[in-house]
Amino acid sequence: MVVSGKLKPALAAEGLVFGYSERPVVDGVDLEIFPGDIVGIIGPNGSGKSTLLGLLCGLLTPSQGLVSLLGRPIQEYGREEVAQVLGVVPQTPELTPGFSILETVLIGRFALMGRRLFEDAEDLAAARRALTLTGLENLTDRRAGELSGGERQRLVLARALAAEPKVLLLDEPTSALDLDYQLKVMSLLEKACAQENLAVGLVSHDLNLAAMYCHRLVLLSQGRPLAQGPPEKVLTPENLLAAYGVKTLVDQEPTRGRPRVTLKPPQPAFDPL
Amino acid sequence: MRATPARVGLVCLGLTLFLFLVLLLCLGLGTADISPAQVLTWLFGTITENSAAVILTKFRLPRLLLAALAGASLSMCGAVFQGVLRNPLAEPFILGVSGGAAAGAVLALLLGPAGLGLTAAAAFAGALATILLVMGIARRHGRMETSTLVLTGVMINAFFTSAIMFVISTTTDQKLHAIMFWLYGDLSGSNIEQAWLLGPIVLGGGLLLFGYSRHLNLLSAGDRAAALAGVHVEKVKLILFLIVSLLCGVTVCLSGLIGFVGLMVPHLVRMVLGHDYRLLLPAAGLFGASFLVLADTAARTVISPAQLPVGVVTASLGAPFFLMLLARRGSRWW
Repeated sequence: MVVSGKLKPALAAEGLVFGYSERPVVDGVDLEIFPGDIVGIIGPNGSGKSTLLGLLCGLLTPSQGLVSLLGRPIQEYGREEVAQVLGVVPQTPELTPGFSILETVLIGRFALMGRRLFEDAEDLAAARRALTLTGLENLTDRRAGELSGGERQRLVLARALAAEPKVLLLDEPTSALDLDYQLKVMSLLEKACAQENLAVGLVSHDLNLAAMYCHRLVLLSQGRPLAQGPPEKVLTPENLLAAYGVKTLVDQEPTRGRPRVTLKPPQPAFDPL
Repeated sequence: MRATPARVGLVCLGLTLFLFLVLLLCLGLGTADISPAQVLTWLFGTITENSAAVILTKFRLPRLLLAALAGASLSMCGAVFQGVLRNPLAEPFILGVSGGAAAGAVLALLLGPAGLGLTAAAAFAGALATILLVMGIARRHGRMETSTLVLTGVMINAFFTSAIMFVISTTTDQKLHAIMFWLYGDLSGSNIEQAWLLGPIVLGGGLLLFGYSRHLNLLSAGDRAAALAGVHVEKVKLILFLIVSLLCGVTVCLSGLIGFVGLMVPHLVRMVLGHDYRLLLPAAGLFGASFLVLADTAARTVISPAQLPVGVVTASLGAPFFLMLLARRGSRWW
């Protein structure tokens, strides 16, 4: 864990509001992601998670509030400058048709290449590292279009990692992965945070996986942060009932002592049979 | 094939050599047979006065050069449209952009005795306006579905055809043959001044597009992916559209509506060299040049001594090609 007070946040959001109607999609979110931090953004469908991610990476402009990347307002950056330090793994992978896996990962180096038209040895080495990290190193010549959903999700992660970002934002990075790769991807992020001081923001539907790996969680409900802080403070039955409207049982999982959420099925009020 | 400077250089060298051989071959073919030996002696300047030399200098060389330049221009335009609209069936003629350029050119001619420069400028404006219209329609969905693309193109072409027919109705019968041929894509009126106008535009435009080839790789993945990787999407698209409008506009102005080159050539190149625009763009340009030189030579010789508009040749190959792509893959790339 990082002692937050001493470091400057890599990515910070202050009073973010998005949408002009009476019920904004994102409504007053404050958020800080420090180097070496994994922050999980959780909440029910339509709570504004993906919109928040769009605001954090500068694709959307907030109607109020400010996002700062490495201490500077993100709106002052050009797209290329943002991409040099901030990587994004979107939920639906957009891939260049016909490209091999290696070509797809190399394209992640775009922002670092400046006016160069062709990748050099350093770009190639970074791409190979990213491929090894995501377990794709043996598939480099396969066409991206031939991959399974899980492989494609790892490929998009590899493309983002190839740029060696300082901040990485991920939208449901494990949704199409089997158990093995869910763990691998999360451990990989954890390692990158510890070793390279990567700052990670992660949108997830999997509360238990988020609790296991995130240092802090933000629970969104109708665009507003309902709770924010360490997993054990955020993942309480009261908060989950307020956000999701479901009853849950929260206990400690035995490996890391993090909170574990179990759903309580609703009691049938009346069973005619 | 992964794009490296060596590979791009090698491909360009090979295709330039191929283009040169095609030009040499096609210079000799035509109503008047000229042997390769005669072509070579003419090329090295030893004969300048006999009838063969006059045919070569005055007629065949300008026409072949214009065919090569138009082929290069249309092929690169097609490749760019396919990337930006993310649809493998996009092409200047099918999209109606060529039609827009033709309408612009015809309108300029209607309004007065416009010079070549003014007509070309009007064609450029017509092409650009059509592209912006097509993009406005595509924008609603982010990418252009095949049905939208084809329908938009058909409607735009219908509108411009009616505009052009209106102009034709007001012209004299003598010009009618020339205009009809021009509408089907015709290079028979080529002169060397036209090649001098188109040459720098194709070369300059091609080099600029090549400079944006990495951007095109990303744009063909999607606007969002491109923006996240660091592309200033709106700005780059606008620049690409300006270049493509200029290429397409001037080409249409000089050679008429030659369809399907921009569809067939990039696809044939992709089958061999892959999808990376750093290889695709220069290769499509050079191969497209050879392709249209061969197509135009066929148009000159098939019913010799009469001639066909070259657009008839490209459409007779391209329309089945389009249908085959549509039947086999729809709008999918793989």
